[in-house]
Amino acid sequence: MDAIILQILNGLDKGSAYALIALGLTLIFGTLGVVNFAHGALFMIGAFCAVTMNRLLTLSHEVLDPTKKDFLGNPLKVKTPYISEWFGPETGAALIDWAVPLSILLTIPVMIGIGFVMERGLIKHFYKRPHADQILVTFGLAIVLQEIIKYFYGANPIPTPAPDAFRGSFDFGVLLGFDANTIIYPYWRLVYFGFAAMIIGAVFAFLQFTTFGMVVRAGMADRETVGLLGINIDRRFTIMFGIAAAVAGLAGAMYAPINSPNYHMGMDFLVLSFVVVVVGGMGSLPGAVAAGFMLGVLESFASMNEIKSLIPGIDQIIIYLVAIIILLTRPRGLMGRKGVMEE
Amino acid sequence: MFGLDRKDASLLIVVAALTLLAPFILNPFPEGSSLAQFNAGYPDLMQRFVIFGIFAIGFNILFGLTGYLSFGHAAFLGVGSYSAVWMFKLLSMNVIPAIILAVIVSGLFAVVIGYVSLRRSGIYFSILTLAFAQMSFALAYSVLTPITNGETGLQITLNDPRILGVSQTAQGGIPVTNIFGLEMRSTYQLDVGPWLFQFNAGYYLCAAIMLVAFYVAIRIFRSPFGLTLRAVKSNQQRLNYTGMNAKPYTLAAFVISGMYAGLAGGLMASMDPLAGAERMQWTASGEVVLMTILGGAGTLIGPILGAGFIKYFENIFSKINDNVLHGWFSFLPDGLENFIVGILHPFIGKGWHLTLGILFMLVVIFLPGGLVEGGQRIARWMKRGKASKSSQNTNPAE
Repeated sequence: MDAIILQILNGLDKGSAYALIALGLTLIFGTLGVVNFAHGALFMIGAFCAVTMNRLLTLSHEVLDPTKKDFLGNPLKVKTPYISEWFGPETGAALIDWAVPLSILLTIPVMIGIGFVMERGLIKHFYKRPHADQILVTFGLAIVLQEIIKYFYGANPIPTPAPDAFRGSFDFGVLLGFDANTIIYPYWRLVYFGFAAMIIGAVFAFLQFTTFGMVVRAGMADRETVGLLGINIDRRFTIMFGIAAAVAGLAGAMYAPINSPNYHMGMDFLVLSFVVVVVGGMGSLPGAVAAGFMLGVLESFASMNEIKSLIPGIDQIIIYLVAIIILLTRPRGLMGRKGVMEE
Repeated sequence: MFGLDRKDASLLIVVAALTLLAPFILNPFPEGSSLAQFNAGYPDLMQRFVIFGIFAIGFNILFGLTGYLSFGHAAFLGVGSYSAVWMFKLLSMNVIPAIILAVIVSGLFAVVIGYVSLRRSGIYFSILTLAFAQMSFALAYSVLTPITNGETGLQITLNDPRILGVSQTAQGGIPVTNIFGLEMRSTYQLDVGPWLFQFNAGYYLCAAIMLVAFYVAIRIFRSPFGLTLRAVKSNQQRLNYTGMNAKPYTLAAFVISGMYAGLAGGLMASMDPLAGAERMQWTASGEVVLMTILGGAGTLIGPILGAGFIKYFENIFSKINDNVLHGWFSFLPDGLENFIVGILHPFIGKGWHLTLGILFMLVVIFLPGGLVEGGQRIARWMKRGKASKSSQNTNPAE
């Protein structure tokens, strides 16, 4: 029992990342009808927003401290981050410590901006072209974004720690009445799951309970009619693209402490997220979220030693296997709607 | 000739001449000159040109004709490589059985994957093939280690049995790949003045096989079978209404292109007898897509052009560094020189992928027909320029 709960918990954080990326992909697909292969790159850029925030906060100027000497007798250079100078050393240290959560403030505007530029500058011209062309051009864009990040940040993973308060792990088992040390779970992963749940809830609430969301949903159902009613649906879809980019970026920024950002992390997630979208059903938002969590949990179950010894290698291929089975038995995916991307 | 019409025959002859004379054509700059780094006439690179040419020709039979975009073709390349290396380990270092086995095994693989994947079309097909390829990649890395040797990659060693050959040479070294005694790595060097031309046995084997593969591709393009495949691309529904089942045709195309990929993989292992799982990764599948699109999908010559283009610039661009750039722009005033080098710096050397990505995007956006369409546009433009000067003939309205 405790092993099962542990695996479910383990699956949740990866599942959250899958669900968030898949949600963004589905938003773009449902509104604009574009298959966005660059979405993984957006996730990656989000993670690098966290890195950037960390670097911005630790920007410091060097002073030669005449009182201290290094072993050669030269005055020692002392680095003080600007931020501690402005707000005092304690607040400064705390701000630096909380760099990753603070990077949300940077990620949202940056990602929305990137989303707008991408949609207006590139994707707009591809609505009428075949899906293969859309895949190809966004694939090219993904390569370009990836290489730009590599140029500025290098090829090595950059460790980005979580705030001190969330480092380490806590004993989840005790809460549920198991023995101590049976279910140990890192705090940050729990935070990530909560954060993902919040974002998903926010996106759904936005679509469900605001006028803007209502118009967007109407546009997803029948774009032309909404346009005929005198609503500028293109502008709203552009905004939705920005939101989808922001969702992917936030997923990436908060994922940075779990997996040190490197320039090709987006590609690794992208393939899996596509599988998630297809399993959930093209164009279905709840399907994407459900499939994301489901596949994340399944993946962690498959990596249990008991199951691995039963079917060796299953942990590597479980997601693809499930995707193949679902695509062949339920062609529209778990919650796919009729008439969306049938062929 | 060979059952081809005149246009195709001349295309085949041009391609044959180009590949057979490649050691001359790709080596236009004398040894030791400052432009010598643009020479591509060394065996390793030329082999890659033709091998990836074969890979792209095969991919084009599927994507160019039927429009099914497979994102998992590298899996067949990897399978081909593995089976070829196993042949070297178990049978002999002769490349012929290795290549034959590579084609057969990858063909069988393609039958299985194609049968399942082709039940869906469009983006679902792309994702299914991607899923299969990633699955093969993950398995090759982990569970199948006894067959694939995992991360290290499959290599030939001194204590392989090699029933028909020798486990080790008289000198106690690992034997090299050969075709009936002619070693793949043997190279005849021809010195003409300052030029050095290299004629490599392995390259000519690959080139000959590529010409055969190209000929077969032309025949497929011009056959009723090829016509059916084009019908699948333009309107599958209508094809079904005429009472034709498209499935066997697409499956055949898939298997043929899988066998081409296996052939390329087998050749790759024949030139350098090792095989690694990274050849199956989906970025490798993406590369062949890039080649085909860049050259021109659905055209005969496009994929070869694309493969050559990408491989050439990958090698050359990654060799250019800041010093070389400074050399080129040294005629400019210092400030301007540094400025230009600074601008170009991200695009060269390790940044070659950035250039490739931008180039690829530009091609997809502005030139959906690839380099071939670009060439046709230029040719048409030149012709129009000439025609308006010389003749006053008006074309009848169509």
